[in-house]
Amino acid sequence: MPELTYREALRSTLVEEMDRDRAVVLIGEDIGVYQGTFRVTADLLERFGPKRVIDTPISELGFVGAAIGMAMLGLHPVVEVMTWNFALLAFDQIVNNAAKIRYFSGGQVNVPIVIRGPNGAGVQLSAQHSQSLEATFAHFPGLFVVTPATPAEAKGLLRTAIRGNDPVIFLENAALYGMKGEVPDGNFALPFGRADVARVGKDVTVVAYGRMLHLALAVATQLLEEGIDAEVINLRTLRPLDTETVVSSVSKTHRAVVVQEQWKPFGAAGEIAATIYEHAFDELDAPVERVTGADVPMPYARSLELLAVPHEGDVIKAIKRTLYKDGIKG
Amino acid sequence: MQRTEDLTREELTAALEWYAKMVLSRRFEDAAERAFRHGKIGGYLHVYSGQEAVAAGLLSAIRKDDIFFTAYRDHAHALYSGSPPGAVMAELYGKATGLAKGKGGSMHLFDASRGFYGGYGIVGGHIPLATGAAYTLRYLDTDRLCLCFLGDGAMNSGSFHEPANMAGLWGRDGLCPIVYIVENNQYAMGTSVSRSSAVANLASRFLAYEIENERADGMDYFTVRRVASRVINQVRETGRPYAVEMLTYRFAGHGAADLFQPYRNRGEVTDARTRDPITLLEDRLRAAELLTDADVERIRREAEHAVEQAVKFADESPEPAADELFKDVYGS
Ligand SMILES: Cc1ncc(C[n+]2csc(CCOP(=O)(O)OP(=O)(O)O)c2C)c(N)n1
Ligand SMILES: [Mg+2]
Repeated sequence: MPELTYREALRSTLVEEMDRDRAVVLIGEDIGVYQGTFRVTADLLERFGPKRVIDTPISELGFVGAAIGMAMLGLHPVVEVMTWNFALLAFDQIVNNAAKIRYFSGGQVNVPIVIRGPNGAGVQLSAQHSQSLEATFAHFPGLFVVTPATPAEAKGLLRTAIRGNDPVIFLENAALYGMKGEVPDGNFALPFGRADVARVGKDVTVVAYGRMLHLALAVATQLLEEGIDAEVINLRTLRPLDTETVVSSVSKTHRAVVVQEQWKPFGAAGEIAATIYEHAFDELDAPVERVTGADVPMPYARSLELLAVPHEGDVIKAIKRTLYKDGIKG
Repeated sequence: MQRTEDLTREELTAALEWYAKMVLSRRFEDAAERAFRHGKIGGYLHVYSGQEAVAAGLLSAIRKDDIFFTAYRDHAHALYSGSPPGAVMAELYGKATGLAKGKGGSMHLFDASRGFYGGYGIVGGHIPLATGAAYTLRYLDTDRLCLCFLGDGAMNSGSFHEPANMAGLWGRDGLCPIVYIVENNQYAMGTSVSRSSAVANLASRFLAYEIENERADGMDYFTVRRVASRVINQVRETGRPYAVEMLTYRFAGHGAADLFQPYRNRGEVTDARTRDPITLLEDRLRAAELLTDADVERIRREAEHAVEQAVKFADESPEPAADELFKDVYGS
């Protein structure tokens, strides 16, 4: 298996899918001449030409909407949003059109569109550029919401997204673009709605997705020294949510911690916790813990920003609370 | 107004079919309003009465493989493109036999098999879709084109300006075969054009995006049809967008709930009705001796009959099955 960065995994999948199918086109701001804000689309304009790699004006509503129209007519557009914060300008197009046209037309057309870009906090990008919007989109029926955490997932989930028939909210992470990992060759694809048991353990289930997976794995390794054996579930997709994998893990460990970068109220962790309560209440030996970002707009100052995002210590404390060991240490 | 003397025999004869369609759609709207009052139709109901010449003139000029998008005032557009009146009415009734199996309703008529890509309820929200669809038609190396109907009110939204600019850009490379048709019926709900647009000439607003444009009398079928044929030929040829502002008038309230219409006086409506697009067309066809009293009688009777049949079909059709609730959300 070749080792690729997360960025290379995304880019090579775009190339493979564009080589395979002329219906796949790219559209977004500065994806062509500029080579992509995070260089995911580097050299693709040269390779595929301006009809297939479409540089747009700063018109999120306009180009997301246009891409939806393209999808209705049979293309498979992959839209890049510079960051998901800007997709809020296209929110109407995403939720009122992409997510609903298939339904209100009685199934007459599909909307096979992938909207991708970085989600979540970077470093000192402050309030408007640091939001984690997964729960916002996962709320809507008609959308798929995908959160690749590794280069292999970036490739496998992007391929499934492009080959599907539905709108996919594809949430990357700026901090992961440079991450290296082994990526299977060929037409490697990962199904939606199938979580990965990233680490097998027996004492507590830690549920995470996207960048938070790496936080959860680091904590799990660290806690081994203290004799705590955590199981880590990597969701991979939030919608559909792999309830079965989460519930069967919790049924084994009887304890659960959910980690998310976004704000706590009405977030993904709340949904996952509720799902656990609905399906495995009797299995629980402790309340489900949520580890989340602070409930404030992201501050600029590095010292404050560090307080606003989840850290290893937060996850360790939460795990120990589920084990009633929080009085002992940390 | 297009002078009758200047029209060819073919143009006049071809209009007979469209006269009948306009009579049908007017009767259809009357029946829909009645059904709404009787509680047979729920939600919002926006009728097209008064604006018939616009959709008729445009849709009579396109090819079968062309496509179009519009907003929620969409019943006539569906009927003109050939959707069966029964299936349209059944959709308004929320029945399983409706165009969209009862899942869309009045605002979301949809008949992709006839080039009708919807029926949208968020003002302006369909304009980017139509623009991207037009790009696709060229991307697929066809000479098909896309019509995008929009209201005067929709022109004030960002969802108009962003795609209009993109259409201007894409048009430079011949990649945007779209005709934007502004149906200027003078009002957006209760807000008149003069109170909502800084510019009175709405067509001129397309100049900002290098989109060729003109305004025309949208009450006269032949004027609309002449403009439509010329513009459609040009757009098909060039792949560049074009905009037409059709000056028209909505005879009914904004929607079925707009009972008192405090934003306009009765006289204004009465005046507008003196130029009813159906009567105007009828008069011209009579003058050309293509239509007799007996023909008019027959066409009206046939329209009434077709609408009665549609209402009966809708009424007697089954409700959607409960298991339809969760179908059609995803296509994968
Ligand atoms: C974004 C949005 N804002 C407000 C509304 C409520 N609304 C429905 S129709 C309408 C007026 C639109 O007028 P126009 O575009 O001129 O179309 P017309 O009704 O005259 O056909 C408004 C304000 C809406 N549906 N969508
Ligand atoms: Mg209007």
